Amino acid sequence: MSTTTLDTTETAPAPAAVPVRRTRRRGERGPLGTALLHGGLALASLIALAPVAWLCYLSLGPDKDDYLHPGGIAGKLTFSNYGFVLQHTGFLDWFKSTLIVALGTTVVGVLVAATTGYAVSRMRFPGYKPLMWVLLLTQAFPIAILIVPMYEIFSELGLIDTYWALIAINCSTAVPYSAWLLKGYFDTIPFEIDEAGRVDGLTPFGTFFRLILPLARPGLAVAAFYTFITAVGEVAFATTFLLDDSKYTFAVGLQTFVSEHDAQWNYMAATAVLIAIPVTVFFYLVQRNLVTGLTAGGTKG
Amino acid sequence: MTVAIDRATGKRRGDRAPRPGLGQRVKNGFQKYWYAYAMIAPVVIVLGVLVGYPLARGFYLTLTDANSLNSARTIGVNHIDATYEFIGLDNYQDILFGPTAYDRFWSHFLWTVFWTAACVALHYALGLGLALMLHQKLRGRTVYRLLLVLPWAVPTFVTVFSWRIMLADSGALNQLLGALHLPQPAWLEDTFWQRFAAIMVNTWCGVPFMMLSLLGGLQSIDSTLYEAAEMDGASAWQRFRHVTLPGLRAVSSTVVLLGIIWTFNQFVIIFLLFGKNSAPDAQILVTWAYQLGFGQQPRDFAQSAAYGVLLLSILTVFTSFYFRWLKRNDQLAV
Repeated sequence: MSTTTLDTTETAPAPAAVPVRRTRRRGERGPLGTALLHGGLALASLIALAPVAWLCYLSLGPDKDDYLHPGGIAGKLTFSNYGFVLQHTGFLDWFKSTLIVALGTTVVGVLVAATTGYAVSRMRFPGYKPLMWVLLLTQAFPIAILIVPMYEIFSELGLIDTYWALIAINCSTAVPYSAWLLKGYFDTIPFEIDEAGRVDGLTPFGTFFRLILPLARPGLAVAAFYTFITAVGEVAFATTFLLDDSKYTFAVGLQTFVSEHDAQWNYMAATAVLIAIPVTVFFYLVQRNLVTGLTAGGTKG
Repeated sequence: MTVAIDRATGKRRGDRAPRPGLGQRVKNGFQKYWYAYAMIAPVVIVLGVLVGYPLARGFYLTLTDANSLNSARTIGVNHIDATYEFIGLDNYQDILFGPTAYDRFWSHFLWTVFWTAACVALHYALGLGLALMLHQKLRGRTVYRLLLVLPWAVPTFVTVFSWRIMLADSGALNQLLGALHLPQPAWLEDTFWQRFAAIMVNTWCGVPFMMLSLLGGLQSIDSTLYEAAEMDGASAWQRFRHVTLPGLRAVSSTVVLLGIIWTFNQFVIIFLLFGKNSAPDAQILVTWAYQLGFGQQPRDFAQSAAYGVLLLSILTVFTSFYFRWLKRNDQLAV
């Protein structure tokens, strides 16, 4: 120890001559690290953006083979595809169908799921575990297991090619999912609120409807948004069960531009952009809550 | 065990009351829990009708030789009754061990396992990498985040078509590869490249979810743990290995399970990327089952449903093992 102190006193003037080397504080990076970070993130963002941007760009080219000569599009940018899609295809019909199916699923799904989400969040009862298992497992159902019997049942009932069939099918995944999501949200509402309600003489139903439900509005909104987006994106059942092309949802309608014989990529691209814009905006509004909801239900369950 | 005697009643506590009869137990249970049951009733009824009944019906179908030629159907005004017959477990026997079972089931099964493993591994690795980068203090972090979420935000059925244009024979990707003097594979025709393309597109679609979940996990790790590790002289790698990864365990186990289930059941990407009747070798079990039931004539309802039952069994067995494995590991850790 004593030698080191001696050393420093002896060499004290030296550091003044040598430029002071700045030590890095915690969490600081050198310029190289920052450049690498920016580079990596920029590259990843570019990859994430490219297919979407490409679709937007192609939608501005007037000819169906323009995707083969993308350079040519820049010289003849036009919105004519959008005009054609809106006026001469079933776009508005599809929009209506999608809206009916998605809103129907959302309303039924969230309404039915709300009380259950509360019950499994607050109460323990015989059959609790099996119910949680069922809720979890139904989310893991491959479409292959339900699509055949559903097709048979709905044929017998004469419900093929109706919105009801599609709403019912979407609910089979939306209901357990919303219940799971809402359980996660109800878990974050303090139990003391329920107790206060009970002390003041509310029944369990009263507590739920008067105290918890108003507090859970953000959670309900997330469940509703997510159900809506999932219902809009549903492909397999809609493709199989909707036969009349004026009843197609977007997911089916978009496929009609591309058949084995002919592919109208330009109209397809324009339609895709028209569909993607509102859904994407919608998604960004709720995505932050979505992730917490998705993982909270799982980790605490 | 000490036995306490209740002063008020003189009864010994700690003794078990005699077990009431079944009727009494049901009645007691009902009185005690009826509000809970009333609250879960809507979901139980809806799931019973929408999931339970079709499931039972589907299982029965797998024991028959139903197809679109012998099922009940209405042509014009004529109603034709179903004429399919009960054939026991023949469908399963045929799928698993029948002639050409390898080409029909096992090759798709192996490809599905590989597809799931590869996709989830890529999702997790890329998602974790990007989450770690986004977790740094950085200018423009919000912009990067919003851009990186884009593949999740845009509906999958839209982006798959976008990929399909890009992957087409002389599409954007091959033009780019050509400009770089690299080979230009036939993405949508050759089996190997079809599979490659499917994994690539699914990876592109699935990374954002992993990234956001893991980012949430990273943000919830206590920063004092890092300070303590640094005081003890842990290197960056050691901090990652012994602080970050354990801190992410809970989130990871959930998102990996979700990822496996979703990828295993991923229908949209393969169905839309290759169109209805092409790429038989790139079909995973779900899309293959769909092809059997709805993509061919006559439609083979029984076998398609049997594939569904097999798929669900695989997932159920896997999930229960996964949970058991998690539990055992947790106990070891504590």
